[in-house]
Amino acid sequence: MHTEKDAENIKTENVEAKTKATLTNIEYEILFKEKSQFDLLNFCADVAKNMGLADEEIPSVVKALTNENRPSVIYLHNAECTGCSEALLRSSSPYIDQIIFDAISLDYHETLMAASGDGAESLLEKAVNNPNGFICLVEGSIPVDFHGTIGGHTMYENCARILPKANIVIAVGTCSAYGGIQTARPNPTGSKGISECFSNLKAPVINLAGCPPNPLNLMGVIVALLQNKDIELDTKGRPKMFYGKTVHMLCERLPHFKAKRFALSFDSEEARLGYCLHKLGCKGPKTFNNCPSALFNSVNWPVKAGHPCVGCSEPDFWDTFTPFYGKN
Amino acid sequence: MTKKTPTSDYTGCIVIDPLTRIEGHLRLEIHVENGYVTEARSCGTLFRGIENILIGRNPEDVQHFTQRTCGVCTYTHALCTTRALEDTMKTVIPPNATYIRNIVLGIQYMHDHLVHFYHLHGLDFIDVSSVIDADIQKTLKLANELSTQPYTEIDFRETKYKIQKLIDSDQLGPFAGAYSTGGHPAYYLSAEANLLLTTHYLKALRLQVKTARAMAIFGAKNPHTQFLIAGGVTCYEALREENLDEFYKLYKETFDFIENILVPDITLIANEYRDWSAFGGSQNFLTFGEFPDTEKVRDLDARWLKPGLILNRDLSIIHPFEPKKIAEHIGHSWYKGEPIQHPINGTTIPEFTKMGDLDRYSWMKSPRYDGLAVETGPLAQMLVSYAQGHPEVTTNLNDLLKKLNMSVDDLFSTIGRTISRVVQCYTVAQQVDVWFQALKNNLASGDLQICKKVDIPDYATGIGYLNAPRGGLSHWMKIEHGVVSNFQLVVPSTWNFGPIDNFGQKGPVENALIGTPVYDPKRPIEILRTVHAFDPCIACSVHVIDSLTNESSTHKIL
Repeated sequence: MHTEKDAENIKTENVEAKTKATLTNIEYEILFKEKSQFDLLNFCADVAKNMGLADEEIPSVVKALTNENRPSVIYLHNAECTGCSEALLRSSSPYIDQIIFDAISLDYHETLMAASGDGAESLLEKAVNNPNGFICLVEGSIPVDFHGTIGGHTMYENCARILPKANIVIAVGTCSAYGGIQTARPNPTGSKGISECFSNLKAPVINLAGCPPNPLNLMGVIVALLQNKDIELDTKGRPKMFYGKTVHMLCERLPHFKAKRFALSFDSEEARLGYCLHKLGCKGPKTFNNCPSALFNSVNWPVKAGHPCVGCSEPDFWDTFTPFYGKN
Repeated sequence: MTKKTPTSDYTGCIVIDPLTRIEGHLRLEIHVENGYVTEARSCGTLFRGIENILIGRNPEDVQHFTQRTCGVCTYTHALCTTRALEDTMKTVIPPNATYIRNIVLGIQYMHDHLVHFYHLHGLDFIDVSSVIDADIQKTLKLANELSTQPYTEIDFRETKYKIQKLIDSDQLGPFAGAYSTGGHPAYYLSAEANLLLTTHYLKALRLQVKTARAMAIFGAKNPHTQFLIAGGVTCYEALREENLDEFYKLYKETFDFIENILVPDITLIANEYRDWSAFGGSQNFLTFGEFPDTEKVRDLDARWLKPGLILNRDLSIIHPFEPKKIAEHIGHSWYKGEPIQHPINGTTIPEFTKMGDLDRYSWMKSPRYDGLAVETGPLAQMLVSYAQGHPEVTTNLNDLLKKLNMSVDDLFSTIGRTISRVVQCYTVAQQVDVWFQALKNNLASGDLQICKKVDIPDYATGIGYLNAPRGGLSHWMKIEHGVVSNFQLVVPSTWNFGPIDNFGQKGPVENALIGTPVYDPKRPIEILRTVHAFDPCIACSVHVIDSLTNESSTHKIL
């Protein structure tokens, strides 16, 4: 397994060895290609690991991500906080620039795109009518009653026009999957998740639940799609490879739970010692997600930071899992 | 030599919907006369109803809801709510908790400002498509003149290679269809400067991953941290030596980037675009101050950056900030209720009329201070701190102004807003080290407490004030029968982007846009420049409608 540090070292060695000599343009090109190949191998290994694939399968992941024509991706925003996009920006295996410049072609994303003017709208149209099709990522719920608008169209109209044309629709985050915070009691805007709104899509929506979802899981889904693999979904539309177990089952504090070592308050010695947070309200046992093994930002997750899981990958967690604190 | 601002004799309307590279969905309709903006109105088009969802909730749960107001300003809403809840109990949190909260917020400033500068605002100044024409040796020379950062040919050749590859593949992704494509006279940078800055755009894209990771070491994840509780923080594991070391390494890498790349880059951009010190200014500025003192944690005036108000650009008097002078006007918004409301008793009752209604046209309210429209954000904080003689702000701002041969007066502008953001970023980044060392020393002295037990009251009101990277944020909470009976959020972008108030006064952005030059109505980059300089973060949207004439040109910016 390559680490970031190895990659850095190899890059430094390459640079040091080769800058001394005067390189021809072709040699530079080979150097950059090598480096980009190395980066690619590196991140494919991480993606494969998170997907639970054996090392022998890494080459097929690489192959899926090195198509001459990168698959077109359209990213739509509805009623949301942009947190899911931000999570994608924080991806480190692969880095966001590797995703959007090497693996996929991000043809529409309002937070990132330079595009403007009618030209941009025609870019969207071009992507929607791409003969090779496109993958549609959707962030945010659809406010059916209050009709938030973009470019003069309601969010519902936009989705109704674009989603049925997509080869596959991925709901990025709990809002687009199930409605999320907008649908929390009393659901003032009449918001819904995608599946609830549309039944005429080419394939069942893949729900990457989570607030935000882990970008590593998103990458895994994209790779599996590019490999033409079947993605097995659970009853809530979530890929089983990432949402097959509860947070509790994967939790590093599970031994404390089994030994009945609980923290009863946040300012206690037990909390300091990293005991189980079940009695402080942890929703890990009811929540299907891989946070403890995938980690956020490659480094941490809520229970490791001493805070109970709030169950953000479960539908309606804002209502059914609150109050978040106190006895379960 | 100052570039001559390109102008036109265009007269007519420009409709921008939605405006990209911001948080949220933004629509602007602008009237231009003889090449300059003369009229602008602003309107939000998406209502999410978070305030109504909070009614009846457990007060401790609220931070998780409010944090979902915005995933870009992540952490700030959770912290602001936690402060409001602690205000109901007059809680004094342990010193370590204050240090950790300050460090995490400081990192959020570093991250937010960096991403805004390169990825959200940068393309208003940088023409990516021109980098393929850049001369490598000249770029290297320019880079070495600007910064002590060691560069090699490889850095720039690689960027050129990447951009060329994107162009050849005809899959330009996010760079496709930029206003600068094919050349635009309002873009002033040389191909070499564009190559240098595009290289930094790509570097910053990777660096910000590490900055967010630094935040996650304490905060569990970014976006949407999960480590705050009323009474402190929960991140015991972060205090382990190896985790603190890892944090420091990540922090330092970002700090070095800010010092050696971001600060030189703003001198490059501000120098070339110095004509933009004549456009986009505001009159009044308000800031709540930020980074509480560990002892006087509840005292706004004891904060490291102090609160204050500037009226009519007069830096000789900094007026004190008095919370009772905040009111929200809803006369031109899609809400019903009292037309002018103090937030603690504020209501958020939607009453939509129609799109294109010239009287009531926004889902945003209009916050006013003492009846005045005030700008909030880095420019406000830097001006207030500068006028108060804040040592670090004064030094850093003076250094940069000297390099640019500009005066403080030049800051009342679009480019001044962007300069101030960089100065704030750099100054806060320096201070994070101070808090971090103080935290380590305090831990070494044996004080390991990071939270304390609190008793949530059944009946109380509390207010949280927070200076977010985008400006003054306040949360107003009322608890009755042990649950939330009212909750209002007054966010930076409503101060800046709200519609006309009940007295007919425009908001700061509407005002700032007036006088903005427009060279090409089909590619109105100048409008984006001023709007992005405010760093809009609108979990709802903004909509500026021309009220004077019929539309003569409709133009969408996606």
